[in-house]
Amino acid sequence: MRGAFLIAVLLALGATPAFAVKPDEMLANPTLEARARAISADLRCLVCQNQSIDDSDADLARDLRLLVRERLVAGDTDKQALDYIVARYGDFLLLDPPFKAKTWALWLGPFVVLAGAALAVGVYVRRQARRAEPATTPLSADEARRLRDLLDGPHG
Amino acid sequence: MIAELGHYALVLALLVAVVQASVPLIGAARGDEAWMAVAPFAAVAQALLVATAFLALMHAYVTSDFSVANVAENSHSLKPMLYKVAGVWGNHEGSLVLWVLILTTFGAAVALAGGNLPPAFKARALAVQGLISVGFLAFMVATSNPFLRLDPAPVEGRDLNPLLQDPGLAFHPPFLYFGYVGLSMAFSFAVAALIEGRVDAAWARWVRPWTLAAWCALSLGIAMGSWWAYYELGWGGWWFWDPVENASFMPWLAATALLHSAIVVEKRNALKSWTILLAIIAFSLSLMGTFLVRSGVLTSVHAFATDPARGVFILGLLVLAIGGSLMLYAVRAPALKPEGVFAPISREGGMVLNNLLLCVACVAVLAGTLYPLVLDALGGGTVSVGPPYFDRVFVPIMVPLTLAMALGPLVQWKRGDGRAVVQRMGSLAVAAALAWVAGMALVDRANVASALGLALAAWLGVGVLIEFGGRLGLGRVPWRDSAARAVNLPRAAWGMTIAHLGFAVIIAGITGSSAWRTEAILVMRPGDAVDVAGYSFTFEGEREVPGPNYTAQRGTVTVARGGETVAVLEPEKRFYPSQRTTTTEAAIHTTWMADLYAVLGDAADGQGWSMRFYHNPLVPWLWLGGLVMVLGGVVSLTDRRHRVGAPARWRLAPVAGD
Repeated sequence: MRGAFLIAVLLALGATPAFAVKPDEMLANPTLEARARAISADLRCLVCQNQSIDDSDADLARDLRLLVRERLVAGDTDKQALDYIVARYGDFLLLDPPFKAKTWALWLGPFVVLAGAALAVGVYVRRQARRAEPATTPLSADEARRLRDLLDGPHG
Repeated sequence: MIAELGHYALVLALLVAVVQASVPLIGAARGDEAWMAVAPFAAVAQALLVATAFLALMHAYVTSDFSVANVAENSHSLKPMLYKVAGVWGNHEGSLVLWVLILTTFGAAVALAGGNLPPAFKARALAVQGLISVGFLAFMVATSNPFLRLDPAPVEGRDLNPLLQDPGLAFHPPFLYFGYVGLSMAFSFAVAALIEGRVDAAWARWVRPWTLAAWCALSLGIAMGSWWAYYELGWGGWWFWDPVENASFMPWLAATALLHSAIVVEKRNALKSWTILLAIIAFSLSLMGTFLVRSGVLTSVHAFATDPARGVFILGLLVLAIGGSLMLYAVRAPALKPEGVFAPISREGGMVLNNLLLCVACVAVLAGTLYPLVLDALGGGTVSVGPPYFDRVFVPIMVPLTLAMALGPLVQWKRGDGRAVVQRMGSLAVAAALAWVAGMALVDRANVASALGLALAAWLGVGVLIEFGGRLGLGRVPWRDSAARAVNLPRAAWGMTIAHLGFAVIIAGITGSSAWRTEAILVMRPGDAVDVAGYSFTFEGEREVPGPNYTAQRGTVTVARGGETVAVLEPEKRFYPSQRTTTTEAAIHTTWMADLYAVLGDAADGQGWSMRFYHNPLVPWLWLGGLVMVLGGVVSLTDRRHRVGAPARWRLAPVAGD
């Protein structure tokens, strides 16, 4: 099902799987190329469904891959190259959502839930453990004597 | 004619479902046995009717009856028989028929085999199943009829998407649906228990096998989908945190939590109301998974607008099912009797930690999946949430879970010995440190983080083995006694050990595949060779090969190591004329320690072919670990305690009057 729909949408949008980065796009300098691949992996192919430009075969993805490489060859740092592209295409391009007011709930949400749930669990576990205690009230003097009699009985 | 018969059967099934959802419920409330007895008959009748509809649709596909719109849109006369059959559920309408078929089959199974259930409880559980059926069947009859006719009928169909014409994907949806629907049993039992206001060990004993079966199917379905993505999409990835993947992963996380908390209910009569809630959540996530994927809303909020009838129906169903059951929970859960108590450091405590972390992990996946949608719907703009988000939020939650997973089974029920656990942590830490050093030393490009992944796997693996050894009394009693203990050990204990070991194997697989992969992308002419991770890949050439409904370009790649041929890989590129699409068929040779993976790309203007090779270390362990986990589930399912014992106590208990 997952595959069915992912792919149905991919095809509807004109993207086919198969190849992403093509040999003719790649830079001769392996360090630069590795940096370009890393940047590409975090950039969304805008016309695909949740695919990075590194994985996509769409024309737009190819254009962006070439743009990333162009910037790196021109001497940009990774951050400068990213900023350059984001300035033109917007945050939507970033598969790694930036930490901003509109994504606070996204980034912090799970950890807030974790903290809240941990607190609730702590309170619950302690409360129910305490509930157990009345069941183990110490023996009364009479009970203690009877127990002693039972235990010591055979000996004397 | 046969298609009309199928349609008629669907409508009849809807009517029977309405009866099943109402009459037994009223009967159970009034204590009227005749009305309660309607439930099993209705359940069986419904299953037969839906099976009739399913077979009618199957018939249309097998005979390529293109006068049925659904067949014309999704099939082709030249398609191999396997995919004609699988094509039945390769589309929206057909997949719903399969969903309801599995749902009603489960209902019939409870009706026929649930003889040990108290009559009122059985009637209520089946009525809840009937309610779910009503929702799905009404949705189908009103908006998604698979039997619509075309006039005039086209001569040829438009074919199933070639990417789906693959054995891995043909059987992936049935397993997923089996899992989703299996969780509906836990849901029905939970709602029935809420109506009765009573949950006890016997209840947990009925719920566990269904949840376990659902969990096994879901695990298998997810593993199959991931495997398919790995070899079919052609870039060697196996998990993309795609919303569609997440839709099946969330119910899995919830089901895993439910599996564990139900054990606490059964053994210790604690966590009862939480387990009920979890059963509701797990099925709600299944419903959401089915519907959100089917409605296309995950791609874009605007998908709702393109087909408002379906969208509104889906939203209404979700609100009714999830909202209704949560409302019932809010009203009835406080009435559940006080529970068994336990100390913070105890097996129960470990299970609580397990549930806490699994549920938060589920929240993280939910947040990442729905956030872009919700933000957009609220007018907050667009945002992308991709793999980097999940790597940073999901993984930190799974690490403590894995650490705890090794220790939990070592702690006693009710009140554990904290000091003994700390002592045992010592040996786990040694094993983990050794694995870390080995990871750093043995693998070429080891880095601290990936070696830590291996350490985590070793921690868990050794923890599981220590616990298992402890049960057998290894080193404390003669080996003959240990062997006898192994034979007598409950299957559930074997199952847990196997499943947890499988998870350790998966962690190693994830580590290897994400950190140590080597790739080469290049243009090659016949005779060219390239070195990838110590293997030499030689491109021998390429030729055209005809297929049943496609033509393939088949490349031949010889892989050698130290002059000796290891494998001959034949990656293909297939062209399907009916849909004018091309698919890649990666060629994979596995050494069990690593996969050698080759993809044939496009022809590069007379200069040769672009090729892509990968050396993927430990990737086979992902599927191996997944299968081991499923095996653990299956072994646990054969535990005789699931079939005998507890129900007798229920019969003796007085029936609570409502």
